[in-house]
Amino acid sequence: MAKPVAGVLGSFVHIDAATEAIRALRAEGRTGFTVYTAAANHEVEEALGITSSPVRLFTLIGGLTGCAAGFGMTLWMSVDWPLLVGGKPIASVPPYVVLAFELTILIGALSTVAGTLILSLLKPTTGLAYDPSFSDDRIGIFVPVGPEQAGSVERLLKTAGAEEVRRED
Amino acid sequence: MATLAHEAHTPTQTHAEVTRDVVNTLGTAGRGYFMLLGLAVAMFLVGAATFVALLKYGLGLAGYTPPVMWSVYITTFVFWIGIGHAGTLISAILFLFRSPWRTVVYRATEAMTVFAVMTAALFPIIHIGRQWFFYWLLPYPNARYLWPNFKSPLIWDVFAITTYFTVSSTFLVVGLVPDVAAARDKMFGWRKKIYEIASLGWKGTHEQWRHYTRAYLYLAALATPLVLSVHSVVSWDFAMSLVPGWHGTIFAPYFVAGAIYSGVGMVLTLLIPLRKALKLEHMFTEYHFDNLAKLTLFTGSILFYAYAMEYFVGWYSANKFEQTTFWLRAFGPMWWAGWTMIICNAFVSQLFWFKKIRTNLTALFVISIFINIGMWFERYVIIVSSLSNDFEPWAWGQMTPTWADWGILMGSFGWFGMWFLLFARTFPVVAIQEIKETIPWPRLRKGGH
Repeated sequence: MAKPVAGVLGSFVHIDAATEAIRALRAEGRTGFTVYTAAANHEVEEALGITSSPVRLFTLIGGLTGCAAGFGMTLWMSVDWPLLVGGKPIASVPPYVVLAFELTILIGALSTVAGTLILSLLKPTTGLAYDPSFSDDRIGIFVPVGPEQAGSVERLLKTAGAEEVRRED
Repeated sequence: MATLAHEAHTPTQTHAEVTRDVVNTLGTAGRGYFMLLGLAVAMFLVGAATFVALLKYGLGLAGYTPPVMWSVYITTFVFWIGIGHAGTLISAILFLFRSPWRTVVYRATEAMTVFAVMTAALFPIIHIGRQWFFYWLLPYPNARYLWPNFKSPLIWDVFAITTYFTVSSTFLVVGLVPDVAAARDKMFGWRKKIYEIASLGWKGTHEQWRHYTRAYLYLAALATPLVLSVHSVVSWDFAMSLVPGWHGTIFAPYFVAGAIYSGVGMVLTLLIPLRKALKLEHMFTEYHFDNLAKLTLFTGSILFYAYAMEYFVGWYSANKFEQTTFWLRAFGPMWWAGWTMIICNAFVSQLFWFKKIRTNLTALFVISIFINIGMWFERYVIIVSSLSNDFEPWAWGQMTPTWADWGILMGSFGWFGMWFLLFARTFPVVAIQEIKETIPWPRLRKGGH
């Protein structure tokens, strides 16, 4: 078990209360907090000022690699063992487009998933306070702070409209 | 099963009710479920025993008779690959179109896709005869420095099917992760431990959602051209040859439309009993079935056009071989199969012009069975009737399916059914987080977003 991170955990029923708390936290200059939702939500993303995920780079690089691998493999293997079929050129590009296309999709998809895993691992969630209701119908905000600042964060979350606020030591 | 009551398009449940209703479908099943699972396993064992006989005695058992050296196994291969296409259409293409009705049905259809492709992938291996050499299809370094012939559509097919299976499974698993986490948080004891491992540490943090939503979008964007390519490649297995009845330029779109048509038919066959068995009648409503029926009507009409066009081109080509092939499809020894295909696919689908039929579950279920039968026969007619009567009448010949064909066909339904039933009780068959995305969150203050 990872060591629990000290901080304050707030649970919200209402979306507007949660986004208000997020904005207030950001206005105070706090950035290291975590928001839990049961589904992706644009209001939360807007409040957090989230930018597009770099996972698209993994997709692009994977796709291009797959395409190059598809053409490279078929062309090289055709030349390596010349097989004359139907009077066509030994290394004939049009039929190889199919294979290059399939490998573009295959490597592109796999690298997208790999990218998601790698990027998620860069911000590990182990030790962060969590409540099972966050995958159900509550929105959670966990602010990692020491005991000296916990009181002010508690007040902030309650003022915004948190249903429940608790300290995690 | 009477006509469904009309219900609103947006879910009427709360976030908590969605989790509760879907998680309730998991866990210990009743006697009916185990009886169905037992039947599926028994059917699979019939197929497995037939396969052992084929391994021992060879493909001669399957009624392969020159000139018909592709028959029931290739027919069933194309049938199962086609079934998969509706799942990807609903899960990926309709996701890109932001179609609201897909949310409820997509998980079950995506699972159907994965298991249908798993079933289809067995058939080329069964069909090749010396099954222990199936790896010759792959480009691997070998002692004689031989590589596959990449100009052959059969090798394209290997790549297309492998990619399709990998990407569909990935798409299904990625979609499942947040839902498995939701199930984990409702479970206790050993079940909780299993779901905890399967949820891959998902907690729904904003960083996780940030990467996840983008990844999901790109996976859908990659799966969309993939699904269109897969059945096009399957159609080129036929269209790239010179066999009359196969050598048609319309084959790729014709096969893709047919695949989606057959897949939606199977979706209906599976979902109608499933919603009742899992007590999810309030989730799978008239709205969803109406849309599925419209999709069937649309693809069925494309098939109607393709069938008509095939006959027209056969006649207009002034090519004696093409003309004879299509004449024999309608009036030759296989006329009964030819007409089964036309009636079940082109004509039966037209019943969906009527809303009363589109929203009547009994009618939908019965029609879906006709679609399944019709689409299997479509492939049987295209493959067997074309090979039976190619260029030279002295080389013509008929094949008759044997017990080994029917045994493997039955086994394939058992194999597919077994996986689908196991999935339906182990994982959420409805996408919890995607439905929640469409439900507005409660607000403390009036107005807002």
